[in-house]
Amino acid sequence: MAPKRPTTPAARSGGAPQTPSKQPATPLQQQQQPPPPPPPPSSATKPTAAAQSPQQILQSIWSAYVRRTPQRVKLIDAFLAFLVVVGGLQFAYCVVGGNYPFNAFLSGFSATVGQFVLTASLRIQTNPENKAEFSSVSNERAFADYVFGSMLLHFICVNFIN
Amino acid sequence: MADSAVGPFLQGTTGRNTRGLLRLVILCTIAAAAVASRLFSVIRFESIIHEFDPWFNFRATKYLVQHGFYSFWDWFDDRTWHPLGRVTGGTLYPGLMVTSGVIYKVLRLLSMPVDIRNICVLLAPAFSGLTALATYLLTSELSPSPSAGLLAAAFMGITPGYISRSVAGSYDNEAIAIFLLVFTFYLWIKALKLGSAFWGALTALFYFYMVSAWGGYVFITNLIPLHAFVLIAMGRYSPRLYVSYTTWYALGTLASMQIPFVGFLPISTSEHMSPLGVFGLLQIVAFVEFIRQQVPSKQFQTLLQSLIVAIFLASVGILILLTVAGVIAPWSGRFYSLWDTGYAKIHIPIIASVSEHQPTAWPAFFFDLNFLIWLFPAGVYLCFRTLKDEHVFVVIYSILASYFAGVMVRLMLTLTPVVCVAAALALSHILDTYLLIDSPSAEAYLNDGTRADSASSSTVSAPQKKPSSSAASDSLRSTRDPLVGIYSSMSKLSIAGAISTYLLLFVLHCTWVTSNAYSSPSVVLASRLPDGSQHIIDDYREAYQWLRQNTPNDAKIMSWWDYGYQIGGMADRATLVDNNTWNNTHIATVGKAMSSREEVSYPILRQHDVDYVLVVFGGVLGYSGDDINKFLWMVRIAEGVWPDEVKERDFFTARGEYRVDDEATPTMRNSLMYKMSYYNYNSLFPPGQARDRVRNSKLPAEGPRLNTLEEAFTSENWIIRIYKVKDLDNVGRDHASAMSFEKGSKKKESTSKRRAAKALRVE
Repeated sequence: MAPKRPTTPAARSGGAPQTPSKQPATPLQQQQQPPPPPPPPSSATKPTAAAQSPQQILQSIWSAYVRRTPQRVKLIDAFLAFLVVVGGLQFAYCVVGGNYPFNAFLSGFSATVGQFVLTASLRIQTNPENKAEFSSVSNERAFADYVFGSMLLHFICVNFIN
Repeated sequence: MADSAVGPFLQGTTGRNTRGLLRLVILCTIAAAAVASRLFSVIRFESIIHEFDPWFNFRATKYLVQHGFYSFWDWFDDRTWHPLGRVTGGTLYPGLMVTSGVIYKVLRLLSMPVDIRNICVLLAPAFSGLTALATYLLTSELSPSPSAGLLAAAFMGITPGYISRSVAGSYDNEAIAIFLLVFTFYLWIKALKLGSAFWGALTALFYFYMVSAWGGYVFITNLIPLHAFVLIAMGRYSPRLYVSYTTWYALGTLASMQIPFVGFLPISTSEHMSPLGVFGLLQIVAFVEFIRQQVPSKQFQTLLQSLIVAIFLASVGILILLTVAGVIAPWSGRFYSLWDTGYAKIHIPIIASVSEHQPTAWPAFFFDLNFLIWLFPAGVYLCFRTLKDEHVFVVIYSILASYFAGVMVRLMLTLTPVVCVAAALALSHILDTYLLIDSPSAEAYLNDGTRADSASSSTVSAPQKKPSSSAASDSLRSTRDPLVGIYSSMSKLSIAGAISTYLLLFVLHCTWVTSNAYSSPSVVLASRLPDGSQHIIDDYREAYQWLRQNTPNDAKIMSWWDYGYQIGGMADRATLVDNNTWNNTHIATVGKAMSSREEVSYPILRQHDVDYVLVVFGGVLGYSGDDINKFLWMVRIAEGVWPDEVKERDFFTARGEYRVDDEATPTMRNSLMYKMSYYNYNSLFPPGQARDRVRNSKLPAEGPRLNTLEEAFTSENWIIRIYKVKDLDNVGRDHASAMSFEKGSKKKESTSKRRAAKALRVE
């Protein structure tokens, strides 16, 4: 019994991501502490919250985002948004215009998805809030990984596109 | 093992170097032992390719080496599946052939001309050495104790469960696939631990290599997503998981589609849907986490609810759409048979007929894994105790692989690595506890709160005990961490002795199993003469050589599909069916020809341009793997396609027995297979004394009569019998009456008429 007990703290520090990521954002954490009591009433107050939510929540997200995100990360995010748009366009074309050269569609679409994922990984790895998670991955290392992954991805895509 | 031993020259930097060197030396020795224990067959017989599938791989490799990569890629083989041919380049896993091709070229470049056959024969042992290294790496990621990795490597090197598929000459996909399997898992664990896109990309690369090498890649395809899914479900989502998984999936899936045989499967079949689903899930989870960091949690909750509803609706809609459109193919039959073990027997006899697809017998676990099989649960339990992300992986892997190994004999191969790893974890835990020479001192432990390394009882559980020990030191005794340590040297000695006995027995068992059970090439048989000397039975090669020398180059040989690859590889003649069982109907055609009356079979033979028919007959020697014993499968497969013309029941006697003697049913005795097997067999014995040594039964006094075939060749021990298909009669008679005429008897007039009528009806 006794050896089992310590596993929980060790496992939590190793596995759960929330603890390290929350710590830098102390103002948020304080706001997060109060809500846990409300959950039972939250079902009752939900309609009101939902009524005010659509614009307000989005707006607050947007303002918080604009305020707190460094310029470099915004650049990455712009690229991500671009990739989503390109991927969406390709998919729309596939639905509307047919997927005749299926290889070409697949490699084009996978290129955007893969690039999106790699860029998102880069963003996550370089995020200072995730420093604790990626102790062995420095910013330079993350970028080198990114380049390596992208080269691999595009090599495969070019090979696959016919 | 060397790590915890305390010696004056084993401390500090020099100590680390010494230990590193020792570890390297031990690993190299393990690899050498792994290679050496697989060479029994080469030493005992010769450097020869074994069994059935390896012959095709060997033939393809020769083609690759001779004609270059591109023509190999576009290879259309017109010498198999006779009227149809086979797009070989697009329907095989090219990893194995390309690997040996590359090795061949590299050795050429280094001006070491090695015969391609020797490369093929020795490829499996060489890769088993690498597998041992990969197992070491994998286990070292799971346990801080270095002895675990070394033990796992040693187990992996010599465990019979793996040797069964990797002895020298067993030139099959599994030869390199197990190395790739273990190494891909190692890279995945590494990527997950570090959260590095680089390791994720490497995982994808080796996953690609695995896809190119073995159909078993589906195991990885499903295991890694399952691991990721379980982690998410346990609330252990982390950005590291996102980075490693998405990198692996995006690159690996795209890469796997480069193999022509796999093609678009990863996005169109159900087997491959789970990684895609987990990929999508991860995106959502990551997005939600991202939002969660941006907004206060009350707003987050309402947002989350609306998100969940939206995603649920969207995914249900997509699922319905895809199902209606039929985009996602249903699961393949081989996959169903994994869940429902009776499925194959009912629906696809061809899958059930392969002996390696049978469910595993219980003794086989012990036979293949020896004492590892009972250490295995202990190792899994230890994984539960230190349940980090990578231990979850081992737990999932062991559960899945245990199930699959129970379903199919062949999948014992995927179970073996995890058994070795888990057993090594358990054993190293025991050894680390019992092999310390110093007695542990409880006072030092209690005073310091944390333990000194030399007194630590188990390095495995050390890190997790530290946080709580100071807090709990003044509470109840039972809540404190017990100091696990052994004081009496008596128990130390006895445990160490017992463990070393087990280890030695394991080595003995492995060597015995390897030399006795797994080292037979099955192309060449060995037996012992009464005086104890070895006698080599070489009928297969004798017969194939006869075919090569005495038949025209474009002759078509019909045989049961087991021998298709060997005929193609050794005799270099076109075959009707071979071990690549992609066309059930064609195989059923051969089955029907074998199991029908001559008058029915002959038109089939003519239609397929068959020149020679080859059967394997073990009645003289008592060789049990012959065609009469496989005959029921031919009947079943044929019955699956022509249920009206071939009936399994007709081959059993009224009492449900499968007999070849006087009581055999007329259907049995008139079948082509029976006739070909026992034709002229009586002439070996005094009249009325003919015996079949496999079925151990006395044969009818009068042997079968063959009208449409004539015996062309019978090997020394009668194992292979080759018959030539007669041409149409010169004067237009049917064969039966021609034979009767030659024999000088005209009494059979009435029967031959009846037979002719039947033959007409079939045509």
